[in-house]
Amino acid sequence: MGTPSILWSITKKCFTVGVITLTVSDLFASIVPVRGASMSPTFNPKTNSLFDSLSDDRVLVEKLCLRNYKFSHGDVIVFSSPNNHKEKHVKRIVGLPGDWVGTIYDVVHIPEGHCWVEGDNSASSLDSRSFGPVPLGLVKGRVTHVLWPPHRVGTVDRKTSQNRVSSSSSASKF
Amino acid sequence: MRQWRIIAKEAMARASIIGKFLCLLHVTDAYILSSNHVLGPSMLPTLNITGDVVLVEHLSHRLGKLGSGDLVLVRSPLDPKKTLTKRIVAMEGDKVTFSLDPTRSHSSRSLVVPKGHVWIQGDNAYVSCDSRHFGPLPYGLIEGKAFMRVWPPSSFGLLGE
Repeated sequence: MGTPSILWSITKKCFTVGVITLTVSDLFASIVPVRGASMSPTFNPKTNSLFDSLSDDRVLVEKLCLRNYKFSHGDVIVFSSPNNHKEKHVKRIVGLPGDWVGTIYDVVHIPEGHCWVEGDNSASSLDSRSFGPVPLGLVKGRVTHVLWPPHRVGTVDRKTSQNRVSSSSSASKF
Repeated sequence: MRQWRIIAKEAMARASIIGKFLCLLHVTDAYILSSNHVLGPSMLPTLNITGDVVLVEHLSHRLGKLGSGDLVLVRSPLDPKKTLTKRIVAMEGDKVTFSLDPTRSHSSRSLVVPKGHVWIQGDNAYVSCDSRHFGPLPYGLIEGKAFMRVWPPSSFGLLGE
């Protein structure tokens, strides 16, 4: 008589904790590991220190930005890949809707509801230069802090490249 | 003094029950089943122009069990705050033939739907803004499959082909 009710209460507690964790990670913030070197040196820089080579960086992804999809140039975002919805990528926003972004071959106009993302490590990054502008509906969150490894804990700053992007907001100043 | 402590404890217990219930509501709404109000002329005659309430299930698209002919709710690629209701016409790898202007039947184009995308169209080809205008839709923008209509009561029932 004792064991089934203990099992049932443990199951109930696990279910409750699971549901609450899922809700918090969907609506507020979650912690994700970053794989690959496409955002080096912001994430996973390949230095010779012991911590860096042991494991991937863990970052804090906030989901409050998904209420009104207001992003700025230089934000680092997590988004589902347009070619494979099961994969998620971490890249930096270089262009917002209405901007003109310069690539090696031509100048691309970012349509409404899309953004242009690039990795900080241009040499080894699969980003908008390959798969084009990304619909903002695929964005799953914005990276605000690095949480691991301990010696690189801190906020993730915005980095803009004014010389390659002509945005409608900067043009209106003239 | 002790009365305030008892009241505070009971308030905390009630708040935690309400909090757990809201979390369960969110998980059900986002991962299992939700009801959505859809309106607009682009899905006539399947859905009414004045608005219907449909039940949307969020399991099929996660399990990859969607196919052509399904009514889906998708996040608009032109405005991430808007949700569209359209029908899947072709899945990835399929060849789709369409005409931008249905009144002129001899102006049609064909293309193959790329990997990771689907082709959606509204049933009312004349007024629908869909894949014929913004191109193939990335699969990740699909939010759920509408399978049943619950309002208005006169058209209560499953939504089919």
